[in-house]
Amino acid sequence: MALVEIRFREMASKSWLNFLTFFCGSLFGYFICSQLFSIFLGEQGDTQPSILHNDPHARHSDDSGHGHLEGQMDFNADVSQHTDENTDVSKKLYQKVKILCWVMTGPQNLEKKAKHVKATWAQRCNKVLFMSSEENIDFPAVGLKTKEGRDQLYWKTIKAFQYVHDHYLDDADWFMKADDDTYVVLDNLRWLLSKHDPEKPIYFGRRFKPYVKQGYMSGGAGYVLSKEALKRFVDAFKTDKCTHSSSIEDLALGRCMEILNVEAGDSRDTTGKETFHPFVPEHHLIRGYLPKTFWYWNYNYYPPVEGPGCCSDLAVSFHYVDPTTMYELEYLIYHLRPYGYLYRYQPALPANIGKEISEAYKNEDQKVKLGNP
Amino acid sequence: MFSESSSFLKGMMLGSIFCALITMLGHIRIGHGNRMHHHEHHHLQPINKEDILKISKDERMELSKSFRVYCIILVKPKDVSLWAAVKETWTKHCDKAEFFSSENVKVFESINMETDDMWMMMRKAYEYAFDKYKEQYNWFFLARPTTFAIIENLKYFLFKKDQSRPFYLGHTIKSGDLEYVSMEGGIVLSIESMKRLNSLLSVPEKCPEQGGMIWKISEDKQLAVCLKYAGVFAENAEDSEGKYVFNTKSVGLYIKEAMNNQPQQVVEGCCSDMAVTFNGLTPNQMHVMMYGVYRLRAFGHIFNDALVFLPPNGSNND
Repeated sequence: MALVEIRFREMASKSWLNFLTFFCGSLFGYFICSQLFSIFLGEQGDTQPSILHNDPHARHSDDSGHGHLEGQMDFNADVSQHTDENTDVSKKLYQKVKILCWVMTGPQNLEKKAKHVKATWAQRCNKVLFMSSEENIDFPAVGLKTKEGRDQLYWKTIKAFQYVHDHYLDDADWFMKADDDTYVVLDNLRWLLSKHDPEKPIYFGRRFKPYVKQGYMSGGAGYVLSKEALKRFVDAFKTDKCTHSSSIEDLALGRCMEILNVEAGDSRDTTGKETFHPFVPEHHLIRGYLPKTFWYWNYNYYPPVEGPGCCSDLAVSFHYVDPTTMYELEYLIYHLRPYGYLYRYQPALPANIGKEISEAYKNEDQKVKLGNP
Repeated sequence: MFSESSSFLKGMMLGSIFCALITMLGHIRIGHGNRMHHHEHHHLQPINKEDILKISKDERMELSKSFRVYCIILVKPKDVSLWAAVKETWTKHCDKAEFFSSENVKVFESINMETDDMWMMMRKAYEYAFDKYKEQYNWFFLARPTTFAIIENLKYFLFKKDQSRPFYLGHTIKSGDLEYVSMEGGIVLSIESMKRLNSLLSVPEKCPEQGGMIWKISEDKQLAVCLKYAGVFAENAEDSEGKYVFNTKSVGLYIKEAMNNQPQQVVEGCCSDMAVTFNGLTPNQMHVMMYGVYRLRAFGHIFNDALVFLPPNGSNND
C-alpha cells in the first residue's frame, strides 16, 4: 500500500515538475520573443523620428550661418508648410533694425524659465544675453556678480546695461530688456522702432504715469533703449547724475531717463492700441478680468482699454508668461494662421524698407501691402 | 530529465507564439502616442501646394466663394457661457451658424430640438438643416460649444474636394470594427453625405433612434453606423506632414504633452499650422484664440494664398 502511495506521489511530483518546467519554458519563450520583437520594431521606430525639421524661421535670424544644427534633421520631411510664406520684409527689417536683447534671470530660473525663452523668441534677436547674478558657461549666462532678489533688480539692471554697453555697443541700434517670463515679438518690435532714429535719446515700453512727469516704462512688459539712451544711462552712473540705490527697478530707471532728457516714447500702434503688455492676453482681452480697484487702471499713461481694443494686432510683448504659454504664443504667432484671411489691420511698411522691397519686386506679382487702409 | 526538457521546449514554443500574437495585435494599435503615425484608416489631406500655383487669380476668387459652410452647434442650457463665447467668436466666420438647443433658453435664439438626448438632437438638427438649406450650402459642420473652429482653414482643407462625393471627415477614432468621427473635434459632411444621411434617418432598422441595447452608444458612433449603411465612411483629416487638423484637445494641452515628450521641439510637435479645430476650451480661452488666430501676428511675414476670405461685417474681435 505504502509503495503505491509513494509511486503515486512520485508521479504527482513528476507531473508537477513537468508543469513547472513547461511554465518556465513558456515564460522564457515569451521573453526571448518579446526581446526579438522590440529589437525588430525598435529599428522601424528609428527611421520615423517624430522630430521633423528645424524651425526654418528661427534659423533665418542666425547670422553666424546655417552650419550648426540643433536636434534631429529629417531630410525627407515635408517642408511645404511654409513654402507659401514670404519673409523678405522680416529679413530686411532684421538687417536694418538691429536689436540686442538681454533677459533678466537668475541661477534658479535658467532651467525653469529662461530655457523656454531661449527655445522661442530669443532666437530672433540680433544678439541675446541672459543676465544672472552668477556666470553659467553652459547655458550660457552672464555673471553680473550681484546678489539675487527683488531689491537687487535695479542694481542688476544697471550692471547689465553697463555690460552690454562695454561689450556690444556697436553691435546693435536698440537695446531691449525683458524678464524670463516676458514674451517678445521681435518682428513687431522692429516694425515699431523702424520709424525712429537710434541716435536720438528715446526709450519705449508700456508707459505708466505716476511719480514721473513724462511717465516711466513697466519693467515686466519690457522696455527698449536707443543707442543714445543707453550711452546716457551708463554715463549717468559715472557722473553721479542718477542714484544706484532703489528697490523699484522700473521707476528708478524712469526717473533717471527723465533727468537725462531721454524721451519716454509712445509705443502705441497707428490705431492707438497698446503694444507692450504687462500681463498675458487673457487678462487684457476679457472684460472684468482685472478688477476696477486693481492698481493697473490708475497707472496707465494712456486711457486703458479692456476687451478687443486692449491690444494691437502687432503686439510687442506680454508679461507673466509661464513656460506653457511661451510655446502657445510661439505657435499662435508664428505657426497657426487663418488661411487666406484678409486681416482688418493692414499696417504700412516703413517708408525706406517699402522702397527697397518694391524695387526688388518690380516685375513680380507680390501681394505686399504698402498703404494704410 | 528528457521529459522535463521536452516540456520546457513545448512551453517555450507556446510562450513565443503567444508573444507573437500579442505583438501583432498590439502593433495595429501602436502609434497613438506619436500623433503623426499612420493608422490603417483613411486619411485625407489638403490640396497640393504645387497645384495651387496653377490656378489663375480669377479662378481663386470664384473658388473662395464656392465654399458655403453651414455650422450646427448643439447646445444645452448648462452650456450657456460657452454658448455666449462661441456666438461672439468663431461662428461669425461660418457662412451661416445656428444653435440647436435641447430646450428654449431665454437669453439666446436657438432652434428647439425638444429633446435632451444628444443623438436625437443630432438627427433632428441634420434633418432640419438639410430640409431648409440643401440648396444654399454645400458643407455642413457640426460641433459642441466646447470647440473652437477656424472656418477659413476648413475651407482651405476642402479646397478642390468634390462636394458631390460623400465626405465625412474630422478626427477619427477606431472602435473595434467601426471608424467614426469624434464629435469633440467637429464633424464635417458634404452635401452628398447629408443627402444620403437624410434618406436613411427615416429607416429605423438602419438608423435606430435608440442605438445600443444594453448601454447607450455615443451619438458620434451612432452617426457613423448610420452613414456606413449609406456607403459613407469616416476619413481622418491631416495636413501634408501628417498632423491632425481636427483636434479634440486645447492648444495648451498639446503643448504640455509636447513639453513632456519632445522638449527640444515643442511647437513643432504640437499642432498643425492649418489646424481647423481645438476642443475643451473655456469661454475666456475662446476670446484669446480669436485674438491669437485672427489678429495677433508677426509683421513682415507675407503669404501668397490661393484663396481670399474677408472679415465678417459688424465684428470687432477679428
